Amino acid sequence: MTAAPFIDAPVSALRRALDDKKISSVELVTLFLDRIAALDTSINAFITVDRDGALAAARAADARIAAGTAGPLTGIPLGHKDVFCTEGMLTTCGSKMLANFVSPYDAHVVSLLKAAGAVSLGKTNMDEFAMGSSTESSHFGPTRNPWASDHVPGGSSGGSAAAVAARLAPIATGTDTGGSVRQPASFCGITGIKPTYGLVSRYGLIAYASSLDQGGAFGASAEDCALLLSAMTGFDRRDSTSLERPVEDYAAALHAPLADAAKPLAGLTIGLPKEFFAAGMSDEIRAATAAALDQYRKLGAVTREISLPNANLAIPAYYVIAPAEASSNLSRFDGVRYGHRAATYADLDDMYCKSRSEGFGAEVQRRILVGTYVLSHGYYDAYYLQAQKLRRLIAEDFRRAFTECDLIAGPTSPVTAWALGAMRDDPVQMYLADIYTTPVNLAGLPGISHPAGFDAAGLPIGLQLIGNYFAESRLLTATHHFQQATDWHLRQPALLTDAQK
Amino acid sequence: MSRADWEVVIGLEVHAQLNTEAKIFSGASTAFGASPNVQASAVDVALPGVLPVLNRGAVERAIRLGLALDAHIAPKSVFARKNYFYPDLPKGYQISQFELPVVQGGTINIQVGEGAAAYEKTIHLTRAHLEEDAGKSLHEDFHGMSGIDLNRAGTPLLEIVSEPDMSSSAEAVAYARALHALVRWIDICDGNMQEGSFRCDANVSVRKKGATVLGTRREIKNLNSFRFLQQAIDFEIGWQIETIEDGGAIVQATVLFDPDTGETRMMRSKEDAHDYRYFPDPDLLPLEIDPAWIARVATELPELPAAMKTRFIGDFGLSAYDASTLTASREVADYFQGTVAAAGKAQAKLCANWVMGELAARLNKAELDITNTPVSPAQLGGLVARIADNTLSNAIARKVFDALWNHEGVDADDIIGKQNLKQLTDSGAIEALVDEVLAANPKSVEEFRSGKEKAFNALVGQVMKASRGKASPAQVNDILRRKLADDR
Repeated sequence: MTAAPFIDAPVSALRRALDDKKISSVELVTLFLDRIAALDTSINAFITVDRDGALAAARAADARIAAGTAGPLTGIPLGHKDVFCTEGMLTTCGSKMLANFVSPYDAHVVSLLKAAGAVSLGKTNMDEFAMGSSTESSHFGPTRNPWASDHVPGGSSGGSAAAVAARLAPIATGTDTGGSVRQPASFCGITGIKPTYGLVSRYGLIAYASSLDQGGAFGASAEDCALLLSAMTGFDRRDSTSLERPVEDYAAALHAPLADAAKPLAGLTIGLPKEFFAAGMSDEIRAATAAALDQYRKLGAVTREISLPNANLAIPAYYVIAPAEASSNLSRFDGVRYGHRAATYADLDDMYCKSRSEGFGAEVQRRILVGTYVLSHGYYDAYYLQAQKLRRLIAEDFRRAFTECDLIAGPTSPVTAWALGAMRDDPVQMYLADIYTTPVNLAGLPGISHPAGFDAAGLPIGLQLIGNYFAESRLLTATHHFQQATDWHLRQPALLTDAQK
Repeated sequence: MSRADWEVVIGLEVHAQLNTEAKIFSGASTAFGASPNVQASAVDVALPGVLPVLNRGAVERAIRLGLALDAHIAPKSVFARKNYFYPDLPKGYQISQFELPVVQGGTINIQVGEGAAAYEKTIHLTRAHLEEDAGKSLHEDFHGMSGIDLNRAGTPLLEIVSEPDMSSSAEAVAYARALHALVRWIDICDGNMQEGSFRCDANVSVRKKGATVLGTRREIKNLNSFRFLQQAIDFEIGWQIETIEDGGAIVQATVLFDPDTGETRMMRSKEDAHDYRYFPDPDLLPLEIDPAWIARVATELPELPAAMKTRFIGDFGLSAYDASTLTASREVADYFQGTVAAAGKAQAKLCANWVMGELAARLNKAELDITNTPVSPAQLGGLVARIADNTLSNAIARKVFDALWNHEGVDADDIIGKQNLKQLTDSGAIEALVDEVLAANPKSVEEFRSGKEKAFNALVGQVMKASRGKASPAQVNDILRRKLADDR
């Protein structure tokens, strides 16, 4: 048995290998655990690796496979973003505040995947409390981009994205509040989908901005994402914003029969927002995006220019609403019941101040301060209410756009992965890089990012597709057909080849 | 200047704990008195990642109140977060309602004072909104630290806010009592004030008679008995008037009432007030209540006190004062109706007299609540029926009531039989007694005939005595008058 075919294999191939007893789940999981042990000291994609738990789960999965009761993900290893609570395991959210927090319960997503027989390898690194676009604000050190170790993997789900890109796990969960699945997928050359708000339960997902947070899936391909996303969705009465609708089999939909195999996307209209193709993006990203759109046209899709006139207001709206909600969501981290508490303090107020100042990093403190300010008496109308108005305008733009097209396409990010530390002193510059992703969260729409080329430095470029509400299947299908015709998603970073030698 | 030159303005905020079995946003129990923190779920402790889910039972109780107050029940209301740090507030915010409360407006009629001095007044409600309670800080010493008990955290509350319609502590207490009776009447709150199920905050201000703008108010927090409410308001009124008359100014503040000193003292001034940074809670969808839900709840409501009062006046011919008194609480109303059912509708007025008179006096003396009365409504009704059909005189009826109170028989008839208390109404027998008495008391007869009316009463007393109290006083009167006239 050689490792490479299994390490590189898509989930569907792993499924067949497990079902055909070519490999056991224990063997498969061991391969990935060993690979993490060998490579992750330099990537830092994982905060916690749960070797014993993973092997125990793999043994249980093998028993299910032997009993013939395996589902699509039974025995398949995966990583969970450390924003999801996992019973009996550290759940840190990338923060010193929760550096020693062991959750007494599983997030809904975690229980669903456990029940499906998927094997959690551990918890992946992230920007502290999911606030950031680079995974540099993690208390546990930055994750490095597998394509260039002195570059960031994107964020906030940078650990999950880097883990999948480096094949430390075939698939991984993430969350996306303003682009935190799609942007790191783009930076790491993999596929990542954020579904419609409400499709994935937020129960057990440590809240950053509740009205925007949404669980998502990472994989090497649309098909791998489809398998993972189907297993993550489903109504949960513990989340009042969870939507009650039947779970879809996204992977099965990818293989629906086609009228014209050469033109699998015939009848699909892709809207190109002129605002997304204005100034601000690099020539290389512009060229890669144009080439990808050519490919979509070859596959039968029609493209047409559309307008999202208020999309440029998404960044200011997002950076009012998200910090406002965060300032309140993070109030529970007060050092009273769990989490970090200062060693010495004079009185109650001092205990709060010291515990929170010590427990939260700079970016989290910055957003709490901004959020507290915009909700304050006398400023609420000027900031928070205005931002909510912008949010409605942006959603209305999309509603109008989807009367003219089925999907919307554009670059995922105006830049490729930047060098570690490059944005450290300029948070606003980093916020501006979320320009194409934040409107999607504000409107609650689904979006996907898939690989679409590389820049001159060899760093991946991602293309974003945005769908109407519940158009996950359409997003995945379009991406799947693009990936059937291209090989960007099959490219692997050099470290992979080195490690295999 | 005297007190009469001042006008008092009072508004009340009442926190009524709703009697749901589970908390408002979690499935944990709301039962009182458990060991600390055993009734605190992951949601109540505010673990990372947990989310609130609204208890429909709490909403249903808000709808009941809205209907009972004839208020507007908002088809769409919004839960908001009230942000502040305190160790017994686990999330760092309280989920409440701010801009759009579930119950808007409404009125309640109160009766102030007693007897001839009593008057009625309509108090307007501003709103009632749903919210969760906080936990409790236990400041006894736990190894040099304070303890936190989160059993109460997440208990459903309705905060019921009145307009500043009350102008004396008596009106404030009458309002609080009426509201207290109402929430128990419609079974949304157990009303237990010792356990904190019904707590009042009073906003008090004073102004010179005739002034058009309100004075600066101070809010007295957490009054958990009607007596404290009255005392605190009276002290506060006096203090405010005195302060202004001494040339001072009232500063907006929150104050606490100390029952030991009978005084209010400042807790925090307006400058120290929190900025709660209210905003809509993104974890909860807007609360939508459709007309069908309201209609269903309406069919399940019992007859409300106002309607019952009108019925008592119309059907039973009671006075407005009696009808108000008998509908002041569900328990009194139920008792009265039970009595009427046993005595017959025609005796309703007599039943009212007995419930508000003898029964109320005896309960009061024994320090008993009407729910613990030794005399059941059926027993009292049976007694009233025997007064009505002349079996008992009022005087003997009181004896029978005593016997019922002391469990000397199962009902009035049983006691009348056992103690041979049946009223003597046989006119032949009474005549015989009268003849005996007249023959034995020639002096009294003589005095009466010489114009001393008092002598007549003495003769009546002698006849009653001869009958051992059982003769019908009315018949004794008639026969005696007739005999004295005949013999003249």
